[in-house]
Amino acid sequence: MSTARSRAERPSLTWNLLRVLGCIIYLFLFAPVIIVILLAFNSASTGSFPMQGYSLQWFGRLFENDSIGDAFVTSAILAASSATLATLIGIMAAIALVRYSFPGKAAIGNLLSLPMLMPEVVLAVALLLVLKLLHQPRSFVLLLLGHTVLALPYVVLVMQARLIGLRQHYEEAAQTLGAGPLQTFREITLPLVAPAAIGGFLFAATLSFDDITATLFWKSPGIETVPTKIFAMLRTSISPEINALGALMIAITILLPLLGSYAMRRLARLG
Amino acid sequence: MSAMGHPPTYAKGVIGRRRSQWQVGESDKTRRLREKAAYRPFLLLSPALISLLFLILAPLILIFVYSFWLRTADGRDMPAFQFDNWQSVLSDPFYWQGLAGTFAMSGVTTIICAILGYPTAYFLARCRVRNKSLLLLLLFLPFWISIVIRSLAWINVLGRQGFVNATLMALGLIHAPLNLLYNDFSVIMGLVYLDLPYMIINVYVSLDGIDRNIEAAAKTLGCSPWQSFRAVTLPLSLPGLGAGCLLSFILAAGSFVTPSLLGGPDTSFFAQLIYDATIDQLDWPTGSVLSLLLLTALSLVVVTYNRFMSLNDVYRSFAK
Repeated sequence: MSTARSRAERPSLTWNLLRVLGCIIYLFLFAPVIIVILLAFNSASTGSFPMQGYSLQWFGRLFENDSIGDAFVTSAILAASSATLATLIGIMAAIALVRYSFPGKAAIGNLLSLPMLMPEVVLAVALLLVLKLLHQPRSFVLLLLGHTVLALPYVVLVMQARLIGLRQHYEEAAQTLGAGPLQTFREITLPLVAPAAIGGFLFAATLSFDDITATLFWKSPGIETVPTKIFAMLRTSISPEINALGALMIAITILLPLLGSYAMRRLARLG
Repeated sequence: MSAMGHPPTYAKGVIGRRRSQWQVGESDKTRRLREKAAYRPFLLLSPALISLLFLILAPLILIFVYSFWLRTADGRDMPAFQFDNWQSVLSDPFYWQGLAGTFAMSGVTTIICAILGYPTAYFLARCRVRNKSLLLLLLFLPFWISIVIRSLAWINVLGRQGFVNATLMALGLIHAPLNLLYNDFSVIMGLVYLDLPYMIINVYVSLDGIDRNIEAAAKTLGCSPWQSFRAVTLPLSLPGLGAGCLLSFILAAGSFVTPSLLGGPDTSFFAQLIYDATIDQLDWPTGSVLSLLLLTALSLVVVTYNRFMSLNDVYRSFAK
């Protein structure tokens, strides 16, 4: 295998096999998603193979369906609000973990990461049990708090990685030059931290928008998010408009972060 | 710096004393600053820790307490300390089969991911293509797509009118569609699909971090390519492979949506049993016991792993 690494030698058989395998794996990773998108534009009345032509009929069917519109609104509000909360809480924790050294730092860092290794089902059941004991009905607030705490470990990690390069010197310089704490924060800290915050926000928003397992436990019977709506549609009958809904969701969860990271890079350059 | 403004006629001792006075004064100031800052990280961490405490840790303790409560005949739960819930779950072979089945399927998923993922990561780490960063970025793309859609995708691939059957029929290789969907096979395909990017990324990160001089040295010392891979590259990349395997296994064993959508009527992943007990039957004491059983079984896996490898490798891969 390592023969391919030395420039003098020609690629070996092993290396060519690896190359073929690599291509197959990438195909394996993307073909199913591409098939969802293709079928969303299928003009055949069954919405499955063989493809007969292209049409937007399934997207049209989606827009006529009010319950899907409601699910989109719920998902969007939930994603925006839980991501805001997770970003605020997460950025403070990340700054503490990156900028300060204090006793028990490693332990706290590990504690914050712990929920990532726990099955979502167990976390969902546990939180729901609290609600039951408090005699509260399942509500939007439960989804909001739940999504926030599920996203938090990821947000803290992503932000930590982004904040590592942040230097304290700038703030010290600003304060030496006579800036007050508030002014320092507004003019120095905030612009430096903003890219990490935006990155964390988009990550949390996507996690919330995509979440299904815990949401299935936490949602009150009347409320549907887009993923739970798809889940319910898949369990009753496989209607072709599901692929259109899936394609729409793929577009949202992939394009939004891409646009966000583009905006972030612009912002970082300006700052 | 304190001596700068003083005339040079001062005796050395005086300058020395003055300087030390300055230093004492400054260290007082810094100490006060430091003490003032000492609580600051905890202040910054408190919202995160409080939400972790109230939304994760306390609820987990609560299901532990609740698992000992008494479920009365009319379906109410009374505070109690008795082991009926535990006994009825632990003595029921149905749940043990569920746990064993879940772990077996997750194990198979993990092994397939390792076999497919390691060579792919090796290829990525060692290839010299111009758009390698694009190839790496593509690996992260699936994470942005909801699990429900990545499962739905396999219905389109494996279903009776799906891609595989349609292609085989069009080629004339089969005359009736194969039953590829709603069985253990489709569940494992779906789980491999979810876990494989984690595996590739983890292995890639550790392969990429290996000092290439070590491999060159092994070669200089007379190792064949295969020997240097066996003796140098593979052992050095084990932390990444281990982290990838742990993540794959845990994600698969806790999965609920994929087996629900791609599994058959007799597929019973443990998470589905928990859902049935809590949401469908509203039997919270049993649901609590089942949740704790899954958590304990997975914790044993993590603890065993942590004895041999470091959990930090696992966390690190998330932040990449």
